[in-house]
Amino acid sequence: MELATVLPVVWYFIIGFGVMMYVLLDGFVLGLGILSPFADDEHQRDHMMNTAAPIWDGNETWLVLGGAGLLAAFPRAYALVLSSLYLPILLMLIALIFRGVAFEFRFKAHTSRWLWGLAFHVGSVLAAFAQGVILGALVDGIAPLPPGQVHGAFDWFSPFAVMTGVAVVCGYALLGATWLILKTEGRVQQIAFDLTRPLMVAVIVFMLIVSASLPTLHSALMHRWFTGGNFLYLSPVPLLTAVCAVMLWRSVIHRREAQPFVYALGLFLLGFIGLVVGIWPNIVPPALSIWAAASPPSSQGFVLVGAAFLIPAVLAYTVYSYRVFRGKLAGDAGYH
Amino acid sequence: MLTAEFLSRLQFAFVVSFHILFPAFSIGLASWLAFLEAVWLVRRTDPWRDLYFFWLKIFAVAFGMGVVSGIVMSFQFGTNWAGFSEAAGNVIGPLLNYEVLTAFFLEATFLGVMLFGWRKVSDRTHFFATCMVALGTLISTFWIMAANSWMQTPAGYALRDGVFYPDDWMKVIFNPSFPVRLPHMVLGAFISTAMVIGGVSAWYLLKGRFADKSRATLKLALAFLAIVIPVQIVVGDMSGLEVHRNQPAKLAAIEARWETRRDVPLTLFAWPDEQAQANRYAIDVPRLGSIILTHSLHGEVKGLQDFPADQRPPVAIPFFSFRIMVGLGFAMLGLALIGLWRWRRGTLEKPWYLRAWVVMIPSGFVAVLTGWWVAEVGRQPWVVYGVMRTSEASSPLPVGSVMASLATFVVVYLGIFGAGLYYLVKLFRTGPVPAPVREAAPHQTPARPLSVPQDAIEE
Repeated sequence: MELATVLPVVWYFIIGFGVMMYVLLDGFVLGLGILSPFADDEHQRDHMMNTAAPIWDGNETWLVLGGAGLLAAFPRAYALVLSSLYLPILLMLIALIFRGVAFEFRFKAHTSRWLWGLAFHVGSVLAAFAQGVILGALVDGIAPLPPGQVHGAFDWFSPFAVMTGVAVVCGYALLGATWLILKTEGRVQQIAFDLTRPLMVAVIVFMLIVSASLPTLHSALMHRWFTGGNFLYLSPVPLLTAVCAVMLWRSVIHRREAQPFVYALGLFLLGFIGLVVGIWPNIVPPALSIWAAASPPSSQGFVLVGAAFLIPAVLAYTVYSYRVFRGKLAGDAGYH
Repeated sequence: MLTAEFLSRLQFAFVVSFHILFPAFSIGLASWLAFLEAVWLVRRTDPWRDLYFFWLKIFAVAFGMGVVSGIVMSFQFGTNWAGFSEAAGNVIGPLLNYEVLTAFFLEATFLGVMLFGWRKVSDRTHFFATCMVALGTLISTFWIMAANSWMQTPAGYALRDGVFYPDDWMKVIFNPSFPVRLPHMVLGAFISTAMVIGGVSAWYLLKGRFADKSRATLKLALAFLAIVIPVQIVVGDMSGLEVHRNQPAKLAAIEARWETRRDVPLTLFAWPDEQAQANRYAIDVPRLGSIILTHSLHGEVKGLQDFPADQRPPVAIPFFSFRIMVGLGFAMLGLALIGLWRWRRGTLEKPWYLRAWVVMIPSGFVAVLTGWWVAEVGRQPWVVYGVMRTSEASSPLPVGSVMASLATFVVVYLGIFGAGLYYLVKLFRTGPVPAPVREAAPHQTPARPLSVPQDAIEE
């Protein structure tokens, strides 16, 4: 097979992997911010934030990798998606700035401490919401702009995109809650246990609504799922999702500490796979295929050589740093 | 008239001007930290460890601000410059991707060890981590300068249907302006940082605080600048020759030369009048222009009138920015040379001289900023010099969206980075107090970069 045929497929999976890593890793950190008002007091809020303190910086790096990877491997997709979703992207960037610096400044501030706590919460909610809107708008389909025309400021807006925005907020909150079950004890863990099942119900409901509304979307995502017996091959995805949901429910009842997080990651992974399967072979539904959007083999191959060595190295570091900070966060860990 | 393209240019200039200050500072600080730790490893005396930890806290803040503002940059190319991304993404994308993979990897891995591993790893491992972070900042500079230099002097590509296809990556990366612009930027970052180190030290000496440590670091900054600024002037001169060769219209704008001539003067100051295509109130030094710009007595310098009107860069910004940059460069050199002389005579700590240092703390950063304005505004009206126009590069956006985003960035950056600067000043006020010794393992281990400054401030 030709390089120009194979390389875009390889890069589709590399970028999919990078985005997946970002969604899982920064997802639970953003979840902490979403859940921070549920803490009883400032001390518990500190404790929640400190569980992610050593690793959030690295987690966010996957987003930069996703952006730079998309520009290198699929420049046309990068240009189309980012320019047509201008305002949601802006919202995400600003929200991430507030979330990031709030993470840092909150522990140095005295009189303005509440302000940075608020910035952390609002920044996390809006970043999650914006990412959900971006996902929804992408799945709904982004048509290439006819030459000479200008994107409408709110072309991306649809009830579906708003709904996926709310869905991602709930989903990240679920990841955050199960992360807290894993990393904390006592009152904070109890709060997380109490929140997990309602959040899971919300996530499952949203997954069903998204699945049900797919046929109404411009991108015809459902075609792949329901044509030519594909559903049979793909049926493990919804089946495993159901299994994950049941197991998550049971693990909370039995007060397991590690399993809820694993099953929550599983739910996200399966939902992501469902969408990726639906979008394939497009990178921007409904019309831009991975081959049409791809940079030439001289570009994709050049980066692939480096990525083949460097991405495993990044992964090795990530595993290492999680191992260094494994286990329950001690009550007095952090900065005080 | 306010177009989306013009607003996008303003926005890019604003966010990148804010951003570049922090990487410039962390490039310099990372190498400074490697130096401090090396001295500590050899001498094993407390002041060097105290200095290391003091500057490590400053570094953590600068690095954090650089990361936050850098994420915005990685999305700007798509949001506001979709035309450029589509046309040049094949070339620029891989360079930026390599930056993420090579530099972020090194920095992310070893920053953690550097900031939080003091009690967990051996001295040598810790020093190795510091060196790797310093290397990471330099690798990052390498890729960014390769990408930007390619936009100044594109090479190694084929153009088909308005899209750039790389055909020789060595030529893309080592394009004609890259070998000069990379050291120019790295030295600029080093000089900016040395100005802060020397200026802060002078400030402590004025206040009578940390006298021994500050005397040592002031002398180090002084000696470093006395050696490096002359080197930077030579590199800057080479950069001028390169621009003369490859971007003649930019050179004409920098020098406000309207007519192509031999034996051109050097215009020290003037008010360039773009309407009349002439300089008002000019202070010229005869013939010096040709000598400096072409390294020959009668060298020819192209004037702006040789270029079609729609291929001329704006004159005022490159002209004045360049003079500010060069003026500050020579002012910093003067400060260093006076310092060497006073050092010999043992009168280094005269208050007026120390005050001059404090006043000049920002001059390196101002030179970096104005230098970038020369490079980027002087490249106009091209985004890829001579091949692709800036007007073809912008995204098809409604004016309102870009106006909203520009206003948001201005408000947010002034607020957030104001807070960051306030925080840096607070750290400087605290100063290089005694650092924790390794044996005492207190219950608290700072968990991430920006939490390091905390222990000093809440004393």
